[in-house]
Amino acid sequence: MNAARAARVRLGGVDLLRLGVFGLRTRPGRVVLSALGIAIGIAAMIAVVGISSSSKAQLDQVLDALGTNVLTATQAQGFGDAPPLPSTALESALRQDDVQSAAAVGTVADGAVYRNEFIPTAETKGIGVMAAWGDVAEVLGGELASGQWLDDSAVAPEQIVLGANAAKALGINRVRPNARVWMGGQWVQVVGVLAPIELAEDLDNQVFVPRSFAAELGFDGSPSAVYARVDPERVPQARDVLASAIRPGSPQDVGVTRPTDALAAKNATDDSFTGLLVGIGAVALLVGGIGVANTMVITVLERRAEVGVRRALGARRRNIRDQFLVESLLLSSLGGVAGVVIGVGVTAVFAFGQGWPIAIPLWAVSGGLGATVVIGGVSGLYPATRAARIPPTSALAAV
Amino acid sequence: MTIPVVTLRGVTKTYGDVGALRGVTLDVAAGELVAVVGPSGSGKSTMLNIIGTLDRPSDGTVTIAGNDVATMSDDALSALRAEHIGFVFQHFHLQAGATASENVADGLLYAGMGRRERHRRAVDALKRVGLGHRVDRRPNQLSGGEKQRVAIARALVGDPAILLADEPTGALDSASGSAILALLRELNAAGTTVLVITHDLDLAVSLPRQVRMRDGLVEHDSADAAEGTARASAADLAFAIGGGR
Repeated sequence: MNAARAARVRLGGVDLLRLGVFGLRTRPGRVVLSALGIAIGIAAMIAVVGISSSSKAQLDQVLDALGTNVLTATQAQGFGDAPPLPSTALESALRQDDVQSAAAVGTVADGAVYRNEFIPTAETKGIGVMAAWGDVAEVLGGELASGQWLDDSAVAPEQIVLGANAAKALGINRVRPNARVWMGGQWVQVVGVLAPIELAEDLDNQVFVPRSFAAELGFDGSPSAVYARVDPERVPQARDVLASAIRPGSPQDVGVTRPTDALAAKNATDDSFTGLLVGIGAVALLVGGIGVANTMVITVLERRAEVGVRRALGARRRNIRDQFLVESLLLSSLGGVAGVVIGVGVTAVFAFGQGWPIAIPLWAVSGGLGATVVIGGVSGLYPATRAARIPPTSALAAV
Repeated sequence: MTIPVVTLRGVTKTYGDVGALRGVTLDVAAGELVAVVGPSGSGKSTMLNIIGTLDRPSDGTVTIAGNDVATMSDDALSALRAEHIGFVFQHFHLQAGATASENVADGLLYAGMGRRERHRRAVDALKRVGLGHRVDRRPNQLSGGEKQRVAIARALVGDPAILLADEPTGALDSASGSAILALLRELNAAGTTVLVITHDLDLAVSLPRQVRMRDGLVEHDSADAAEGTARASAADLAFAIGGGR
């Protein structure tokens, strides 16, 4: 009698897997339906994480292209009234070693631009007029959709460059000989139309004129913003230097920001939304897990006879428990794998549609699959324990 | 008598107030072919469960292949079943998704044997029951008689000390039924101890030994009758009175 030896027998992984596959194969419809819950949960989470990280990858590409070494100096925003930037701000900035190139704009307070002389004065369409020092577009990494930038000489002809949104509002999409706007009681030739500037979206709604023309329109000569492209290795130092260069006596009156920080921050606010969607995915996953548990409970009820037969063939309680546990694991893993495939597919389609790079973090995929294993184990535990408790006499009792 | 494979001594089984077995004493020797007959509720299925160690007696001693069941743990009983007892059920109870050889190999699954060896023995067992040509068929591709042969092969494959068959022809037409009976005789002739439960009296009479049950007691055992052992009957009676109290 070697029952003592046999009593220690545990089934190998291959045998357990085989039993699990048999169990599932005979009820394919039910398998698909109960794995679907898990699949949806995993797919939702992977798609959300994948789309969010694809968009981040896109942002990184944009930032790489724009450069993260552009600084903006403006009149300090605070409780007290800081004086406006001095008219020499741009020259001061350009004198610094860390500054590679710089440009500035100044708001023409009373400036307005119209399609023609018949438009009522009040209908400015929210378009602001700015005087420009230097090639603003180039410093900000922006591009001209059409035409060229302003003539920067001290006595420039009267001309105008349109921001992207301003151009749309004025109905001028490219530079032509007769593309003119009505401004300060005269026609002004459009010499350039800008593409959207990602680092300074507020400029898209502006039009730009040379300083000499701006002065005719009542410009006070004070720049509202200085844009400086600085040594990429020395951005933090340049930040301090820039403020003291512009206002040596009171650098606290100059606010220096990095526009790429704002872009990154905008993306960071998306993270909370991502968190919400991941939470919804987690709920779907939980419900899917309950679905698996439910299916397994029903399966165990239906298969009392099989359990009885296996017990009669010599299966120990733990052999039965392991069999149903493996079946539950298989069921949820099946859902998990399907979910990963769907999630990756959705991400790929979405990213492709947006022209983004496809970036799905490995942790999301492995985490998703790991979660299904945990769910399968937890969901299967109770049904498997119940199965193990089915008395061996069930084989004879069941008809 | 030769070595006993099954020994029941004063076995009772009560479910609540109902005495399903009320003191059964029975010996089955190696190599016997025994029919257990009796009407529904006579306790024959309960006795089969107890001989098969699927259930424990309320009282009395049960010894299977030399093992006293009372002292054994659930795991040890499982191992005992895996190694020494083969079951054949009225409704076959084959795994639907698995082939004939996989079903038969499952009879060795819990005996701690390698996969390849299990498959080899399964094919041998299928040949013994005349299904060497149906090895890769699924149950739904087999006739009722063939299914029962697969089930018998599954019971046999572990080379059990005793084969317990519960109404093995109950779900079959008469031609398939007699073929199955012939197979059981053949296996018995080759040395397997077989105990068949049936309510078919004609079938029972055709077997060498009949045990007739009624109301949880052995009413008649042809082995006792042949040996004319009034002593045994008296002992049965004594246990019956004791157990039925």
